Amino acid sequence: MHEVGITQEIVAIASERAGTAKVSRVVVEIGRLTAVLPDAVRFCFDLVAEGTPLEGAVLDIVEIEGRGRCLACLSEMILEQPFGRCTCGATEFEWLAGEELRIREMEVR
Amino acid sequence: MCATCGCSPHLADHGHSLPHGEEHAHSHAAEPIRITRDASSVRLEHDVLARNDHLAGHNRAWLRARGIVALNLVSSPGAGKTTLLERTLRDLAGEIPISVVEGDQETSRDAERIRAAGGRAIQVNTGTGCHLDARMIARAVAALAPPERSVLMIENVGNLVCPALFDLGEHAKVVIASVTEGDDKPLKYPHMFRASEVALLNKTDLLPHVEFALDRWVELARRVRPDIVVIPLSATRGDGLEAWYAWLRARISRGWLEVDRAEGPVS
Repeated sequence: MHEVGITQEIVAIASERAGTAKVSRVVVEIGRLTAVLPDAVRFCFDLVAEGTPLEGAVLDIVEIEGRGRCLACLSEMILEQPFGRCTCGATEFEWLAGEELRIREMEVR
Repeated sequence: MCATCGCSPHLADHGHSLPHGEEHAHSHAAEPIRITRDASSVRLEHDVLARNDHLAGHNRAWLRARGIVALNLVSSPGAGKTTLLERTLRDLAGEIPISVVEGDQETSRDAERIRAAGGRAIQVNTGTGCHLDARMIARAVAALAPPERSVLMIENVGNLVCPALFDLGEHAKVVIASVTEGDDKPLKYPHMFRASEVALLNKTDLLPHVEFALDRWVELARRVRPDIVVIPLSATRGDGLEAWYAWLRARISRGWLEVDRAEGPVS
């Protein structure tokens, strides 16, 4: 649902930076712990990009695994969801990765 | 690479022999993009929600400076946000000045309900949008002009997913669930519960009629956010409302204390 807005934001930011150049590829990082579905972004990208410097561009989505450090025993673990339970039983984590929602780079020509 | 002509100082053989210099017809001073990796790749490292986060920061600073404690009320549609607000306005009338931003896709019914309950309200219709964003709040606050040392309740669009992502500049998010939704919602919508400082469980008057394990819901909410404050209540019958008002008063005191500290003692 909000992926349309997110995709519009991606296209707006990249267009602004591209100026008069044409963007052939854009690389976006989406963390697994964000509430953003990569497939939904892919689904609306072509439509949103129409008439912008990103029209026809390839959208590369890099999904980033969720990682957290247990606040009790300090061990690191993979988080599939934005919560979890450490093997030591604790449920509070410092989130190390997985919340990314970022345009990493783009290719222009 | 130069965004204007497409040339690149990193490529020797690119059919454009001029180095970037005075012979170039256009200036590169305002080149909007920067080469960092190779000829055609531009490193951006730009947060997609940066614009919203920036505006939310402005909203937050503006609200905090005036001692306006803003709460972002989030829930699924029909959890009872507006009913709870109506009741809160009536019960706290004369004690706490409350203004309300009503977010809905369509109609101004909710703002009318709030006004009927004695509150100042402005309706924001998002159309097809599924959440309020910081820009909408900036506009709404400018039009609503909430008084200093007051509370701004922002009733977000009924949706347990999207509003979790968009910072509005609020002091805290308050998630409102209801017993008719099922006790597994904290795990199904973890982003929203994780983002919320307090979770209200509404419609507890219906507990005898529905399959809902209160203990389980509380346990799941705490699994997602261990320090979440949980308040079961019934906005229609009044059970539990004192606990909600106590939390509200404490949160407001904290917000007002920040202003006092910022103003400092008169010397």
